[in-house]
Amino acid sequence: MKAKHQRLWLVVGALTALGGAGALAFSTLGEKATYFYAPSDLKKGPAPTAAIRLGGMVEKGSITRDGATVRFVVTDMAQTVPVTYTGILPDLFREGQGVIAEGRIDPATGAFKADTILAKHDENYMPPEVAGAMKKTGRVSAGN
Amino acid sequence: MHRYANPTRFLKIARVATPIVALLGLALTAAGLWIGLFASPPDYQQGDSVRIMYVHVPAAWLGAGGYMSLAIASATALIWRHPLATIAARAIAPAGAAFTAICLVSGALWGKPTWGTYWVWDARLTSMLVLLFLYLGYLALSASEADKGGEARASAILALVGVINLPIIKYSVEWWNTLHQGSSISVVNASSRIAPALLTPLLLSVAGFSFLFAAIVLMRMRAMLAQQRVDARSRRLAEALA
Repeated sequence: MKAKHQRLWLVVGALTALGGAGALAFSTLGEKATYFYAPSDLKKGPAPTAAIRLGGMVEKGSITRDGATVRFVVTDMAQTVPVTYTGILPDLFREGQGVIAEGRIDPATGAFKADTILAKHDENYMPPEVAGAMKKTGRVSAGN
Repeated sequence: MHRYANPTRFLKIARVATPIVALLGLALTAAGLWIGLFASPPDYQQGDSVRIMYVHVPAAWLGAGGYMSLAIASATALIWRHPLATIAARAIAPAGAAFTAICLVSGALWGKPTWGTYWVWDARLTSMLVLLFLYLGYLALSASEADKGGEARASAILALVGVINLPIIKYSVEWWNTLHQGSSISVVNASSRIAPALLTPLLLSVAGFSFLFAAIVLMRMRAMLAQQRVDARSRRLAEALA
């Protein structure tokens, strides 16, 4: 075997081993690297007491305001969690749009009390007139 | 492949190719950014901040694509000991690092008005930051190896190990819940979730950035080869005088 073939197999072998190690690390890491939990994830186990992030869609027609406090429902189309938040909301916070709330579940009421609200953007990009036309045909849920 | 690995032949081709590639890159980038910034509609949700995409997405793709080419060049240097492979790797690394940094900064500037934050530690953003650190590590290691005048073996191995990060970046938005949105463009399905009016300037600027990246790499490779010749000549001169 020529030296360069030896080196080739060495590199291929090393990369395969590295890939295997990566896959093992990935399977162990699993859910821990997730940035937020969906409402369904929370309903699976006992309510966590630590601070967590909750992500999903702002349910249509669920936003109510009381001064600087806003109440809305986060849904993943299977489960829902009511959220309360006091403070300034990001511009993209809208009904029917993605949202991530950082905070805790109030054990007394089961509602999620958020300290921070981040708006999540989806992968659809289009001009307003296209969105308007699609809204009419019901192909997109524009919040504004 | 051996034919083009000859530095003299490479220089002959690169001398002609560099200005063509650079001009193509400048023209396409100018067209893409002009349409993107002035002659395309805003997004229905993000408004005008969608225009950051015309810099952010090409920078991200070239940051990751540049790392892939760095790894291929490093593997070629390790296995076949091509004289040009190490030079190519060293030429690619700073350009890739710069595009990755542009991606991170432009993404932060987009994140503030859109998400409400400059930075979060979600899987996509974190893996992209790791890519920048891999580039910086490669640059530091290869600079110290170049100082010693030896082979660039350790830096080539580092570049190959870092390849594991590329699928993590690509699939981070599918494997985990992330604040970063999923992919809008699928090369495999040739489909996109971006309206044509916004996709045209994006693709123009992707093409422009790619040619600019290639031009930077060609220029750096030519400069490094010229430097090698100067060094060899002054060494011979010093020996002759001694």
